[in-house]
Amino acid sequence: MSEIKGRVWKYGDNVNTDVIFPGKYTYTVSDPGEMPQYALEDLDPDFARGVKPGDIIVGGTNWGCGSSREQAVVCLSEAKLGAIIAKSFARIYYRNCLNNALPAIPCPEAVDAIQKDEQVSIDLEAGIITCQAGEFTFPPLPEAVMEIFNAGGLIPYTKNRLAEMK
Amino acid sequence: MAQTFAEKVLARKAGLDRVSPGQIVEIKPDVVLSHDNTAPIYGLFQRMGGEKVHDPDMHAVILDHATPAPSTKHAENHRIIRDFVREQGIRNFFDIGKGICHQLLVESGLALPGEVVLGSDSHTPHAGVMGAFAAGIGRTEMASIWAVGELWLRVPESLKITVTGQLGEGVTSKDLALAVIGDLKADGALYMSVEWHGEAVQELPLSQRATLTNLMAEMGAKNSYIPPDQKVFDYLKDRAQREYEAVYPDPDGAYAGEVEYDARDIEPMVACPHTVDNVKPLSEVRGVRIDQAFLGTCTNGRLDDLAAAAAVLKGRKIAEGSRMIVIPASEEVYLAALQAGYLETFLKAGAVVESPGCGPCMGNHMGVPAVGEVSISTANRNFQGRMGTKESEVYLASPVVVAASAVAGVIESPANL
Repeated sequence: MSEIKGRVWKYGDNVNTDVIFPGKYTYTVSDPGEMPQYALEDLDPDFARGVKPGDIIVGGTNWGCGSSREQAVVCLSEAKLGAIIAKSFARIYYRNCLNNALPAIPCPEAVDAIQKDEQVSIDLEAGIITCQAGEFTFPPLPEAVMEIFNAGGLIPYTKNRLAEMK
Repeated sequence: MAQTFAEKVLARKAGLDRVSPGQIVEIKPDVVLSHDNTAPIYGLFQRMGGEKVHDPDMHAVILDHATPAPSTKHAENHRIIRDFVREQGIRNFFDIGKGICHQLLVESGLALPGEVVLGSDSHTPHAGVMGAFAAGIGRTEMASIWAVGELWLRVPESLKITVTGQLGEGVTSKDLALAVIGDLKADGALYMSVEWHGEAVQELPLSQRATLTNLMAEMGAKNSYIPPDQKVFDYLKDRAQREYEAVYPDPDGAYAGEVEYDARDIEPMVACPHTVDNVKPLSEVRGVRIDQAFLGTCTNGRLDDLAAAAAVLKGRKIAEGSRMIVIPASEEVYLAALQAGYLETFLKAGAVVESPGCGPCMGNHMGVPAVGEVSISTANRNFQGRMGTKESEVYLASPVVVAASAVAGVIESPANL
């Protein structure tokens, strides 16, 4: 989990959840395994066909703005996306990423430097992004949140907590 | 030390003397809101090993997103939710046609001053109109609250918007909110608590204030707040389901940003395709041909929105080649509009009046546009594909501009009809 390596899919600012996972599917597609085929359908039809495990999305400011729909994260985590690096994230989207153990990394400098289609690697524990232009560092998650991330997401985390409470 | 609204509420809920922006606190919300997504959340809850919800009285479950069910699949979703609320003993359940979740939280006295509302819907900040701290969250974290009763929140920075003066004739809080979003942009309040202050805000009726807090989701806000005053307390007199204690920010709290507007400078505004922050004065957008006008949603489907639109439509007809859809935000609004004669006005003008709910706002049903069509809507979102097809355009405006555009067949000001 700590080393992520893959091809970059690069997009712009304010990419919203309606183009990541269209609203019309929110109550008709309920199996997480089916969600990746609709990922970014209204932004980049090539993405769902071409994405490979470990690939990395690089976005601009306010990635994931709009609806709170978690399918906009699950359609990517189920595709085994390695990480999303963006200049900034919409807050519910950011929370949804952490809760699904999909690394969401705010790092504006790296976003400017990374080119589309290049190979990038990320060391999550060290907080380092390595791309053709060089290395970029990012701050680690707050400790309280890291626990959820390390548990593999909020489902296993709460499962453990619930078991302890019982 | 002086504190903002968000700092005060979250400190109180976390049992701390004070908190600072960036701090993570674990809190038990007073109300948790879920809608048609209650069934998938229930699935996540079960995957966590959940059996009985932590506190059934904390829940508000409202069917609004695709109601009445447009397909068997949607109907199955509703059935699972009805079984769930019955089995779990959830009292605050609102079945189809009662209204849109954000409107019902307010009407039913569940969103109260000084309380914390968390909802698995991005427009949950709406409830800040009552002086609550209200924020949207994801489905998995909603399931986690159902299981353990608590959730982590990051204490937000705060943005203070002060609006002096008074809005002019024909200018609404929708125009004010769009003007602010156009200036500050879609990430202008990212992660922030947005507080609305000033005489122009206090002058507004609650329904118009709700448009302000509702739309702050489109600026990236975590929550939005209007200091509760006598209007709020009077409204809650026969509605509040619990005792409550209002919370007010200290006048010298530390704000990450402060902006001021003079309401007299605000003119009618339109958000153009395909982002809510692509805002232009109505005068620059007039004349754009429209196929469909939609009056409704949690943003602008309340009684005075319908009244203002009916005043424009009275004695007029929807333009040949255009159509209009009207959806009251709740049953209470529907009944009041019926009694006031507004629904008759809409029908005589040639509009279609539908049952309370979200309608075509997010492209589910009840009047989605065709490929290549243009809509003008009172909703809060115009993203590409939002209303069902990415090959259509959505403009956002106030109820009077939407009504005037329906009559003209092009985007138009009521003053020019």
